[in-house]
Amino acid sequence: MKLPIYLDYSATCPVDPRVASKMAEQLTMEGNFGNPASRSHLYGWKAEEAVEDARRHVAELINADPREIVWTSGATESDNLAIKGAAHFYQGRGKHIITSKIEHKAVLDTCRQLEREGFEVTYLNPKEDGIVYPEQVAEAMREDTILVSLMHVNNEIGVINDIAAIGELCRERKVIFHVDAAQSPGKIDIDLAEMKVDLMSFSAHKIYGPKGIGALYVRRKPRVRLEAQMHGGGHERGMRSGTLPTHQIVGMGEAFRIAKEEMADEAKRTLALRERFWSQISDMEEVHINGSAEQRVPGNLNVSFAFVEGESLIMSLKDLAISSGSACTSASLEPSYVLRALGVNDELAHSSLRFSFGRFTTEQDVDTAAKEVRKAVEKLRELSPLWDMYKDGVDLSTIEWAAH
Amino acid sequence: MAYSDKVIDHYEHPRNVGRLDDKADNVGTGMVGAPACGDVMRLQIQVDDNGIIEDAKFKTYGCGSAIASSSLLTEWVKGKSLDEAAQIKNTEIAEELALPPVKIHCSVLAEDAIKAAVKNIREKRGEEAEQAAG
Repeated sequence: MKLPIYLDYSATCPVDPRVASKMAEQLTMEGNFGNPASRSHLYGWKAEEAVEDARRHVAELINADPREIVWTSGATESDNLAIKGAAHFYQGRGKHIITSKIEHKAVLDTCRQLEREGFEVTYLNPKEDGIVYPEQVAEAMREDTILVSLMHVNNEIGVINDIAAIGELCRERKVIFHVDAAQSPGKIDIDLAEMKVDLMSFSAHKIYGPKGIGALYVRRKPRVRLEAQMHGGGHERGMRSGTLPTHQIVGMGEAFRIAKEEMADEAKRTLALRERFWSQISDMEEVHINGSAEQRVPGNLNVSFAFVEGESLIMSLKDLAISSGSACTSASLEPSYVLRALGVNDELAHSSLRFSFGRFTTEQDVDTAAKEVRKAVEKLRELSPLWDMYKDGVDLSTIEWAAH
Repeated sequence: MAYSDKVIDHYEHPRNVGRLDDKADNVGTGMVGAPACGDVMRLQIQVDDNGIIEDAKFKTYGCGSAIASSSLLTEWVKGKSLDEAAQIKNTEIAEELALPPVKIHCSVLAEDAIKAAVKNIREKRGEEAEQAAG
């Protein structure tokens, strides 16, 4: 078994070996190294063909037209292009944008920038289960709303929003709907022929492709317009200039192709692993799942272990590669903003860990991880004054703590 | 992030973990921090008739550096007088454990904890007035 055991697939995935070998074919003199924009010779034509094959693979997974796919450097750039691009293009209609408090920073910081430019942004608070409900979006809509940006699947808690329903009400009001889907393709169905989504951001490295490549879906019917954020050679129909990185694009295409073929089985397998893991720790006292237990992607489990602090827990779990909801390493001592927005109290937010399971996780990995987690939580509870107080029947919320 | 060997040593083998009877006349308890901030320390000292700390116990909810800071502190205060213990500075703890800047607050919390424990035992022993007068 390779240590530490990798249980952080929501952060990034290893590249699937099938993807890596396809990518390697696009680099050297012997391979497909040409510039896809070169129109005057075979090297360029072959590279262009590879790029277009990849575009088709990406489109097929999400049931879109390949002409609706714009290559970017990743989901962060896609979010920037979608939100700034649409806001700038449609600002004549209004300057109000709706998003949520638990979006990825790529969305939140982009919205902050637009606020500095004079746009007004409403940040919806998800319900306790981590879901932003369509009626919340409907209530926040105004005459001057031009854009709604919500994530499909949350990166920390894995909870799924009802994108189809929110799309309907955006379309009714002719409001542009952007979805950050960095975490969902290959895990749950995306059907853009059915879902009324105008713009959707994708990343390759969350789905066993390489880092540094992503895509933005830009709907053709009804046509969505964007103001380019990157100017240059007019690549990608003028929406995103820059020489196309053939090897990255081919990697993303292959990753999406494999996902389409294997996602049904993979979802079942990953869910079984998550349930196997949870069944081995759920009998411990004061262990809580953050976010909806049902409406979530198969590979994610975000758990709070009350009375132990996340960072020390991670320190105990050095054979596991996982991430913590506590950001104690930052000077601010702020726990996860996502968990806080769900109304999880600060203490439980500090005590949370995110386990994410994926393609290369084995049953043995999960069993070892569960054993290690139990051991570490028990050890740290022995060290915890809060655990003592809980055991003595003291209600921690009644104590006046001196914040520091 | 990388922890120093001393932090790891204290974290993996914490010294003097436990609890003393906080109702006892010769036990001072200092509880500082807040769960919302991600760390809470409880430091307890047991004092002999001459005002020398004969035992110390701690329990800490917090990161590895917070646990190490309080563990180290229990080692340092044993055998010290209350005055000496109250003079331990957070900078000494931070230096001994090679804490990085983002973890300095852990050593500050440890200093607060020993000061609070000393204050508590002094109150029990009726030394507050004496202190103020002195």
